[in-house]
Amino acid sequence: MEVFAQQLINGLTLGSIYGLIAIGYTMVFGIIGMINFAHGDVFMLSAFIALITFLIVTTWLGISSIALALLIVLIVAMALTALWGWSIERIAYRPLRGSFRLAPLISAIGVSIFLSNFVQVVQGARNKPTPPMMRDVITLWTGENGYAVALSYKQIIIMLTTVVLLAGFWYLVQKTPLGRAQRACEQDRKMAALLGIDVDRTISLTFVLGAALAAVAGTMYLLYYGVVSFSDGFTPGVKAFTAAVLGGIGSLPGAVLGGLLIGLIETFWSAYFSIEYKDVAAFSILAIVLIFMPSGILGRPEVEKV
Amino acid sequence: MSVAGINVLQDETRARAAGTRAPLLTVRGVKTYYGNIIALKGVDLDVNEGEIVTLIGANGAGKSTLMMTIFGSPRAREGTITYAGRDITKMPTHEIARLNLAQSPEGRRIFPRMTVYENLQMGAAVNGGAHFEQDLERVCVMFPRLKERLYQRGGTMSGGEQQMLAIARALMSRPRLLLLDEPSLGLAPLIVKQIFSAIKELNERDGMTVFLVEQNAYHALKLAHRGYVMVTGTITMSGTGKQLLDDPSVKAAYLEGGRH
Repeated sequence: MEVFAQQLINGLTLGSIYGLIAIGYTMVFGIIGMINFAHGDVFMLSAFIALITFLIVTTWLGISSIALALLIVLIVAMALTALWGWSIERIAYRPLRGSFRLAPLISAIGVSIFLSNFVQVVQGARNKPTPPMMRDVITLWTGENGYAVALSYKQIIIMLTTVVLLAGFWYLVQKTPLGRAQRACEQDRKMAALLGIDVDRTISLTFVLGAALAAVAGTMYLLYYGVVSFSDGFTPGVKAFTAAVLGGIGSLPGAVLGGLLIGLIETFWSAYFSIEYKDVAAFSILAIVLIFMPSGILGRPEVEKV
Repeated sequence: MSVAGINVLQDETRARAAGTRAPLLTVRGVKTYYGNIIALKGVDLDVNEGEIVTLIGANGAGKSTLMMTIFGSPRAREGTITYAGRDITKMPTHEIARLNLAQSPEGRRIFPRMTVYENLQMGAAVNGGAHFEQDLERVCVMFPRLKERLYQRGGTMSGGEQQMLAIARALMSRPRLLLLDEPSLGLAPLIVKQIFSAIKELNERDGMTVFLVEQNAYHALKLAHRGYVMVTGTITMSGTGKQLLDDPSVKAAYLEGGRH
């Protein structure tokens, strides 16, 4: 029971990070039907931006309040990563729109390789640690066997930030004219243009939003694990992509749900079975779900009236 | 309050319409291609301020292509399109849409996973939803069915309801020129009648200029001030609605055997 509760907490924390990344995949797929393979590396890049910002804020500016420092880091990482997302779309994808379907996909793989190599060259290949911070934990309860269920401050911050930002993001997409334009482009780009929506600008916005959420994930990842390396884009990227497919690619709630599921499966498998095979477990579940639900858990089968 | 608002709108548009009958939309020598296949072989056509102009023709004549070419999607490879004195031939589609002309396109193209309300909000996006509530009330009076379905997803409605929504959405931007592509397609005769009388009312009361593409040639020509006949990418005939209705070749090709 205690082990279960503990793994639930750990799984949800990891899952919210995956969910944040998965939104970027699912939104881009929804609007231009492309799998943005570079998204995992954008996430990795954002973790580096967060790390550098953190060091600048704490050592040079001498801000000692961790909460304030984290807030600044989060905002700076979101802004700069959004700028990267915007530039990538502008340079590597937009010129290829109108080209054959595989072209932007190949371009995305190129961007992915570029980003990880770029970070390796400018930051070095070694793991980059953060100074230790926020080691406090809250012991929720202790079981009869002496196993204590703990909730760390980090986990609270990660889950809280995720929930707040997802709510804000949900509001943006569902209730604002910007979000409406985004959904319109997703459903019928040509018609959206006929109604005066600048489709190119809306696609840019999608990349900006996806990158900003990846930056939240990157900052949380850095906070949680305290270390990041240039190759960290790949595995979380693939996992988040899996989460997006599992939840139903194109569906925003699906991305979050898929992320949480992948996080939970991974942690529970590691806890109860073997840690070596945790990825096998996650991907097996994906395969099984897709056999029975080909469009994912919350994905919509394409039935439309003509 | 909203009634007063509508009156103001009428005065504005009437004042616009009361000006000269200058061409609002001019199409000259327009050629459009799909890849290497020519769809429009040099089309000339005028729509004057305050008129209802109809374009009739068989399936595949290029009517809808012309409608979309006016909006730059696909773009005319040759020729010029002028709207309200501005050359819009090379303008991006979304900028054309912001010039106060709206289209209810072929196939309706409503947003299936948005509610009726959101679809209408999209229609008002060009003017930032400035008089949204008033215009919503106006289209709900015109199509009471939409009012009942306001929070239903567009994709779950019947074809006829979707058609009403497509027209209502186009009206939400208060267009000076309204392009309607086969508004009667797939609708029950009673609803067709309703829609045609709505078009007439918009034209007469609000002074809205309407360019109408129809296969339902009889109704369209009766309604329109002027008409054009299109055959495989070229205009073959033009005249007032009555002239065309009485023309033996139009009768033979588009009216005989039709429901009158």
